[in-house]
Amino acid sequence: MKELYAFMVLMWAMIIIGGGIAVVILGPISITGYGELDPTLTSVFKGGVAVLMVILWIYILSKIKGLIFKKIFLE
Amino acid sequence: MAPEYATDPVFLGVIAVLVSATAFATTYMLTSFLIKYLRKNGCTVPDSFKKEKTMVAHPGGPAIIAGVLASEAVLYGFLQETAILAVMAVSFIAFLIGLVDDKRPMGGWYKPLTLAGAAVAIILLGAYETNLTFPMFGNVSIPLLYMGVLVMMIVVTGNTVNSIDVLNGVASGYMAIAGTSLAICLVIVGNYDIAVATLPLIFVSLAFYKYHKFPSRIFPGDSGALVLGCMYGTIAIVGGVEVLAAIALLPAIINSFLFLSGVKQIVEYRKIKTKPTIITGDFKIKATRNLDALTSLLQIITAKAPMTERQVAGTILRLGVFSGILAIITAFLSGVRI
Repeated sequence: MKELYAFMVLMWAMIIIGGGIAVVILGPISITGYGELDPTLTSVFKGGVAVLMVILWIYILSKIKGLIFKKIFLE
Repeated sequence: MAPEYATDPVFLGVIAVLVSATAFATTYMLTSFLIKYLRKNGCTVPDSFKKEKTMVAHPGGPAIIAGVLASEAVLYGFLQETAILAVMAVSFIAFLIGLVDDKRPMGGWYKPLTLAGAAVAIILLGAYETNLTFPMFGNVSIPLLYMGVLVMMIVVTGNTVNSIDVLNGVASGYMAIAGTSLAICLVIVGNYDIAVATLPLIFVSLAFYKYHKFPSRIFPGDSGALVLGCMYGTIAIVGGVEVLAAIALLPAIINSFLFLSGVKQIVEYRKIKTKPTIITGDFKIKATRNLDALTSLLQIITAKAPMTERQVAGTILRLGVFSGILAIITAFLSGVRI
């Protein structure tokens, strides 16, 4: 069962690190030079990057899931 | 906007007791009546993991929603906060969505789509802020993206809680634990009135657990599980603790994640062909050794050795306590800045 607890701690760490990236790197980004479109373009850009981050998060978790849990089944 | 007296700790304490008692008493008494009513009218379903053929009353959603609405209405009478109306509205819509599915099982996309519709109630009532708070790092303002986060929160919490409702006492027991963790987190971040609004979730879950625990006398059904899950998600949004709520719900999220990454489509569990677990001759739950069918938390828990239903349920509840502790640690970290 320790594998399951380890997986939970890993997910927890990934949530905190992902949040840190969102706040520190993504948060301050602002697109300028397009007049009234600036806020919309900024939101779309941030949204796009956030979606990519979530996809990457799921991909990493899937790989780790395979490594951790398949080991249990092969024991 | 809450009245000024709502910030008085003694006043909030008295309301907290009143609201908790209303939630517990309403659900406890109504569940007892509901079991008799459902059995009398033949509204029962088989309990899969029992030696003898056992029929269990279903669904318990009406007793759960009655407890939620009665206690939140009492709270609204004192605090008059839009956030409480949002909790009541989303919970009630989730109950109706679940009741339809209880009466006539719908397709895999039914619940995600309709629950997304339920989330609109929060937007219409304006009971949210567009900031997302991350522990140690602070807030990020995401006005447009937050609408997506809000809708996803309701869809995910509703469905994940529904997905762990597979064993006696798990959904109600788990929500009592997750609700307690969430209430503690809300107190830590200083959101006291929403912490009180979380008490109905805890006490309704506890009252229902009394009848739902092993051996179950009633199952919550989709109408009950969706109410508990969506109420939890709504509290997370109106309380501004979305990240902490997600952490407290990690075991249920892992269960949904394993299912979706295993079957690679949105489909009802009953429709999948390769079942992740089997029942042994001595009525223990045993994981199948098919690695392609790695689709549930239950399968991982029983991978090393077959376990009784009671043992598996206890393990899931212990995982809930562990994730709740992680959420509380994270809430304390919210006061730390890097």
